[in-house]
Amino acid sequence: MALLEIRNVVKRFGDFTAVNDVSLSVEAGEFFTLLGPSGCGKTTLLRMLAGFEQPDSGAILLDGLDMSRVPPEKRPVHTVFQSYALFPHMTVRENIAFPLKMAGWDRKKIDSQVDELLEDVRLTQFGQRYPHEMSGGQRQRVAIARALVDRPRLLLLDEPLSALDAKLREQMQIELINLQKEVGITFVYVTHDQGEALALSHRIAVMSHGQVEQLDIPERIYSHPKNRFVADFIGQCNVLEGTVKAVEGATMVVSIKGCGDVKCSTVPGVVSGQAGWLALRPEKIKLDKELPDLPDEAYFKGRVHDCLYMGDVTIYIVEVGEGVLVEAMLPNNIPGVAKFFDDHDLVEIAWRFDAGSFLTE
Amino acid sequence: MTLQQRIGKWVLSWPPLVYMVLFFLVPTLIMVVAAFRYPGDYGGLAPMYSVEDGKVVWDLTLENFQRLTEDALYFDLFIKSAGYALATTLACILMAYPLAWLIARSPKRYRDLMLLLVILPFWSNFLIRIYAWMIILGPQSAFTRAVNWLVTGLGFEPIQLLFTPFAVIVGMVYVHLPFMVLPLYANLEKHDMALLDAAQDLGANAWQRFWRVTWPLSLPGVFAGSALVFIPALGMFAIPDILGGTDSIMIGNLIKQQILDTRDWPFGSVLSIMLTGGVLLIAALGAAVARGGRKRG
Ligand SMILES: Nc1ncnc2c1ncn2[C@@H]1O[C@H](COP(=O)(O)OP(=O)(O)OP(=O)(O)O)[C@@H](O)[C@H]1O
Ligand SMILES: [Mg+2]
Repeated sequence: MALLEIRNVVKRFGDFTAVNDVSLSVEAGEFFTLLGPSGCGKTTLLRMLAGFEQPDSGAILLDGLDMSRVPPEKRPVHTVFQSYALFPHMTVRENIAFPLKMAGWDRKKIDSQVDELLEDVRLTQFGQRYPHEMSGGQRQRVAIARALVDRPRLLLLDEPLSALDAKLREQMQIELINLQKEVGITFVYVTHDQGEALALSHRIAVMSHGQVEQLDIPERIYSHPKNRFVADFIGQCNVLEGTVKAVEGATMVVSIKGCGDVKCSTVPGVVSGQAGWLALRPEKIKLDKELPDLPDEAYFKGRVHDCLYMGDVTIYIVEVGEGVLVEAMLPNNIPGVAKFFDDHDLVEIAWRFDAGSFLTE
Repeated sequence: MTLQQRIGKWVLSWPPLVYMVLFFLVPTLIMVVAAFRYPGDYGGLAPMYSVEDGKVVWDLTLENFQRLTEDALYFDLFIKSAGYALATTLACILMAYPLAWLIARSPKRYRDLMLLLVILPFWSNFLIRIYAWMIILGPQSAFTRAVNWLVTGLGFEPIQLLFTPFAVIVGMVYVHLPFMVLPLYANLEKHDMALLDAAQDLGANAWQRFWRVTWPLSLPGVFAGSALVFIPALGMFAIPDILGGTDSIMIGNLIKQQILDTRDWPFGSVLSIMLTGGVLLIAALGAAVARGGRKRG
């Protein structure tokens, strides 16, 4: 049995549907992420898990028990709020001890448990400080320690790293992964940062407009987006409009509009004549002055339209056919060379047939 | 800091300083000096010095202070007044807290209106409002009769409300309530609702959320309101005059009596100094307690 089961949950505010028929389940010990753009209903779903909002229909089950009549303070679920919500009038120790006090633990047990948590988040010397005397990253760790101290069944994290700068965020990501492994508590993590989601999660549910668009492991979300929304939202992606020309077993031929025919892996249920899009990651595209036209690759001649120097890589926007722009990415692996091609250079691009995926919606 | 900035700062510090000297320090000094002088023959103050044979002779005395120590009545009256003021302050906290909380939690567009209603009584005359209580608490009023109907129904003797310590405290609570509501509201309105969510999420029930989060965070508002209520209540004389009986006079009544009726200004000044000193002492104690409470968290 899954630890958490969400069944057909709907939440409306007036006539606006914030969460629209979401069903998913989370296994014990999993690092599960809800990923989606701002306003897609992530926080609303999380607040329903914590008990602050009631679903208009559907059910939330924890360990097989229906949570609808259980108030937030009685759920074995804690939340790390985006603003941390540390109690400003309590020291770090008192903040972390709070859930234990509420649960009526005795003083000695509280002390040793708090010590352990302070050590887990590497804040042992900071116990007597007040939250306003700590940095953002330290406060973040206090909030996590406070939510983990009484070993909840489920930890909810609502964009916990969004207030930190990029460098610290990366460091905290690593700490989060390690901490989750160490304590073995199930995490449901909310973010709108796709990089963060890919780096942290065991599984990701990509949401848009209150619905789950795709639920899968990070590799599959990235390499096999189910639809245009997911392809667009996760990383850089070329989305080329086309029509299916022929289906030949495991491969099919797609005619890209304004460009030409390419092969790609067959998508179950797709028939000849169907319109759709070919999704293609920039880093899967080869780019050079001259490339061999291999039998298992798509191959086009083009002209460099624009270059974007990103430091570690440079993105080349190549025009193939009339008005069809394809982004390709090359690592800058030769010191001192910012780009290998200039605008208007004639180039050739190619990609393996299995690099792209055909999307019907 | 450049010289110009220093001069600028120095000049800017003048207006508040002048204000404090003019409206606080000078009157206090006048009062302190008056406490060492003799009363005038027809009230007021006798001359501070006289010139005899071209020599200045100071007419100053410690008698007024001695009078204070000769009779325990003055000290008792001060303690009794502090008791009244304390009871008033506590009643104000109990009554103002729920009101301030409700206003702070109500939709933004109603808040200003509700605050306006809180201060609306100030628009009518203070004495008229106190006389209104005289009618409400008077023996013929519907309120008093309803109370006595209840009291006699329970088998007790009918009671008098007006001209009792109870009436004094009712009047003082009524007058000072807005001074407690406003600072409490200003404090509660700023509270971060996420903290209550967090407390609930971490297992706190409604009472624990209030006692462990809302109450400690509202203490600055409670202290500010208490100071605004306790200090004027301690020196109050009009309300005990009108609503109190002979046994419910306060230190303020005595001071007023000395200044206006007996026309013994020096002794009135001595009593005022005692009142001011008492307030300062209590304020210092309160601040120490508040600081200690904050340290313990
Ligand atoms: N209490 C509420 N009353 C009315 N509408 C609400 C309420 N809470 C959320 N909404 C609406 O529901 C939608 C989803 O909100 P939610 O906070 O879940 O988004 P989110 O995915 O967490 O976005 P973000 O990344 O910006 O935090 C938004 O359009 C929001 O305006
Ligand atoms: Mg949100």
